[in-house]
Amino acid sequence: MIRRLLLATLLIPLNLVAADAQPAKAEQRPATSGPAITQPARRQSPPVTRPTSLAVPFTQFTLPNGLHVILHEDHTVPLVTVNVWYHVGSAREKPGRTGLAHLFEHLMFEGSGHVKEGEFDTLLESAGATNNGSTQNDRTNYYIDAPANAVDLALFLESDRMGYLLDAMSPERVNGQRDVVKNERRQSYENAPYGMASIEIDKMMFPEGHPYRWPTIGYMEDLTAASYEDVVEFFRKYYQPANASLVIAGDIDPAKTRALVEKWFADVKPGSGPVPPIDYPRAMLASVTRKTIEDRVQLPRLYISWITPPLFKPGDAELDVVSQILAGGKNSRLYKRLVYDLQIAQDVTAFQASAALDSQFQIVVTARPGDPKSTPTALIERIKGIVDEEIAKLQQAPPTAREFQRAINQIEASFYNRMESVGGFGGKGDQLNAYYTATGNPDYFNEDLSRYRALSAGDIQAAAAFWLPANRRVELTVEPMKAAEPGKHE
Amino acid sequence: MKILRLRVFVRALLAVAPFLLLVSLALHAQAPDRSVAPKPGALPALKLPAIQKRTLSNGLPVWIVELHKVPVVQVSLVVKAGSGADAPGKYGIASLTADMLDEGAGSRDALQIADAVDYLGATLSTDSTSDASSIELHVPVTRLTEALPIMADVALRPTFPDDELKRVRADLLTSFIEAEDDPETLIQFAFPRLVYGPRHRYGTLSGGTAATVKGLTAADLRQFHSQRYVPSNSVLIVTGDISAADAAARLESAFGAWKGAPMPTAAIPTAAQLTSRQVYLVDKPGAAQSQIRIGWIGVPRSTPDYFALRVLNTILGGSFTSRLNQNLREEHGYAYGAGSTFDMRASAGPFYASAGVQTDKTSEALKEFFNELDAIRKPISPEEIEKAKNYLALLMPRNFETTERLAGSLAQMFIYSLPDDYFATYTQRVRAVTPADVQRVAERYIQPDKFAVVIVGDRKVIEPGISALNLGSLKIVETSEVMK
Repeated sequence: MIRRLLLATLLIPLNLVAADAQPAKAEQRPATSGPAITQPARRQSPPVTRPTSLAVPFTQFTLPNGLHVILHEDHTVPLVTVNVWYHVGSAREKPGRTGLAHLFEHLMFEGSGHVKEGEFDTLLESAGATNNGSTQNDRTNYYIDAPANAVDLALFLESDRMGYLLDAMSPERVNGQRDVVKNERRQSYENAPYGMASIEIDKMMFPEGHPYRWPTIGYMEDLTAASYEDVVEFFRKYYQPANASLVIAGDIDPAKTRALVEKWFADVKPGSGPVPPIDYPRAMLASVTRKTIEDRVQLPRLYISWITPPLFKPGDAELDVVSQILAGGKNSRLYKRLVYDLQIAQDVTAFQASAALDSQFQIVVTARPGDPKSTPTALIERIKGIVDEEIAKLQQAPPTAREFQRAINQIEASFYNRMESVGGFGGKGDQLNAYYTATGNPDYFNEDLSRYRALSAGDIQAAAAFWLPANRRVELTVEPMKAAEPGKHE
Repeated sequence: MKILRLRVFVRALLAVAPFLLLVSLALHAQAPDRSVAPKPGALPALKLPAIQKRTLSNGLPVWIVELHKVPVVQVSLVVKAGSGADAPGKYGIASLTADMLDEGAGSRDALQIADAVDYLGATLSTDSTSDASSIELHVPVTRLTEALPIMADVALRPTFPDDELKRVRADLLTSFIEAEDDPETLIQFAFPRLVYGPRHRYGTLSGGTAATVKGLTAADLRQFHSQRYVPSNSVLIVTGDISAADAAARLESAFGAWKGAPMPTAAIPTAAQLTSRQVYLVDKPGAAQSQIRIGWIGVPRSTPDYFALRVLNTILGGSFTSRLNQNLREEHGYAYGAGSTFDMRASAGPFYASAGVQTDKTSEALKEFFNELDAIRKPISPEEIEKAKNYLALLMPRNFETTERLAGSLAQMFIYSLPDDYFATYTQRVRAVTPADVQRVAERYIQPDKFAVVIVGDRKVIEPGISALNLGSLKIVETSEVMK
């Protein structure tokens, strides 16, 4: 859930290929209790020498009020990113108030004690800066990307909403963003093809009460119910400096920047202290759960989802590689069979969506209607049979050396590509905060990459065998509504 | 602007001054003065990237910008062979040609190309827009030696195998079906079709239609490739962790022997402008939102009004604080976001204001759209113009941060023949825009009484409200009509 569509998305000409974006990794907190199961043993592969270091040098300090600050220099262009992570996401929401973390995120842009409504954006745009925020299960992040001469302004605004948001909060402001968020839900879920699928899947994956059971966007009736008092309580509990971390990266002078941080955040009052991690047992599926929903679409789609290890836990990296081998590129097993050879699918994606409490491994296949006599159900059953065959093959024998190395090389290259940009979502500033939040070490780039370099082809087979059982998973099918079938939709 | 600042300062001083007299300096040092937002300091100097220009032995220009930060290189071959020049009946040929380049090239078949590229940790993409086609390689610098010959094969020696064409065509035809299901995508087909009609090339998206795509053969694509992908029509752009000398030498061996005679192409005709307001409704039963696009034929990229229009559009719908977004999202909450675009191409592309609005507020939202489109023609305060100019001018350095964005900026320079000092003078040209310029272009290019209003939404619910607005005659349009 992001606060706004990136402007570019309004301008992009039609991309005819419907692609499912892989959800970004969320922060990780240690699971306090896990299922009584033994992880597959990991074999060691011979070390590969690679010359280039991935180091992202940084300095860090913690203010007396508990705010942790990380600084990183990159003088490529005269730009700076100010990136804040609050260690709270939709997983903290209470029943009946789903969507509150994300609604709250929207309210962070509406003004604070010393910033009038609308001024946050006006001041930043006047300085040539852009900004945005996003909410996931485990965290909420914000960035301001500004020319290097506007760091002072960015820190003033960031500190003011951390220290004085409630001075400007009112029921009217909550109402205003409530309407906006409801329209975000309509646009991204209700009016988007297959938009309701993820909401259904989460309900099938996680038991009643599990913090990942409800959608980050929230249920419509809960968005209606969210009150000014809820917002105040949420801020006091979670939006305190000790529950946040601040990264300033780019064209900065670290000493001067530190002085500015100390100046602007000095009067942000400490709260009750860091919020302890969520203590919730690992979820487990005991059987196969199946469901079919209808949507205003013409192509049926199959989703298969498993509960998998949290971010950075054993199995997490292996499953990233599994996803590459199954659906990364033309030669991947599912793509080649379903899309390239048989041509009974329009697209296939597979991904490990890592999160703090439980991750999900998901395979998504959009069917291509062929034989008009074939029903959507029959199409999906055929595709499911082939998906199962391919998973079984990977469970019975390791990927070939070529397949395995191809996947590892792609993952390794992605680490370099992630080093190019400083600001925005996914830039170096955001990644430093993500690694700090998950591991305590902002420069965890090399350690993260080492997880993949240490794997062998046998580890991939073992992870597929252990984590993708045919008899414990969720299967959701989206079928066309009668009125939307090919040739009958008008 | 100055006067405004002064007033704020005085108010702040009055509030703080008595306090300062009584309180120790130490306390003052602890609590920052939040009464006035800090003003940005002196603008940092932007080192504009030096474009090192070379020419291969076949005359193909090479533009290189060294960026030694991350060990990656981007190599783009940009060819002025876009869909804008697709012949009637062959709409989609430029796009399908680009799609097919990596489906067989040199001695490799489609799977071998993908395997080789993926194994190198590279991405090799082919793309086509209205004015150009491109082949883009992004690769770890240590793998460039192996990747470059594959890129050269894909760009220069595609084989267009029949079975791969059959598969790619089926994929494309299915994506047209998917487009019908997504209101946000469907309106991207509907709006240009209703503004430009089926006969002007801009009335159909780059990819063509199901009918034209079905008619394209491998022979068509081969001919298009051999006639339009020629060195005299192209540039190689290299950005990243490589020296200019090294890059030029490698490209000479990969692309230096490429030959081909230039083929003149006719200029894309300027479409006939709309003359009266017309409302079009595409029915989407049950839609939770109505997709709206309002506009007409805008300007070509070569317009002398480019900078004034950029400033105008930033104010109208090109930024978060723009009037359309403030009105439809922040003030009324009808939409998640609203904006406007001048889509500038070789010939005059469309202008449109757009949003997805909640179904039960469709007519209210339309009213607000027109309120803003009317209001933008009236004098705009110097402060609002100054904000937009700052935003545009100061955002510019972002174009140079990554190898990909740098390559994209250079590609724009090539495609639209922008002068060598384009980026060096960009900021001053934005700054030179006056309030009178903005007013003049607003009156000329924003004429709401002649705009087409295109809505994709739940007819049963929204039609009565739309009719009651009396915006213009209302025409119900079938999905099949805008897709064919």
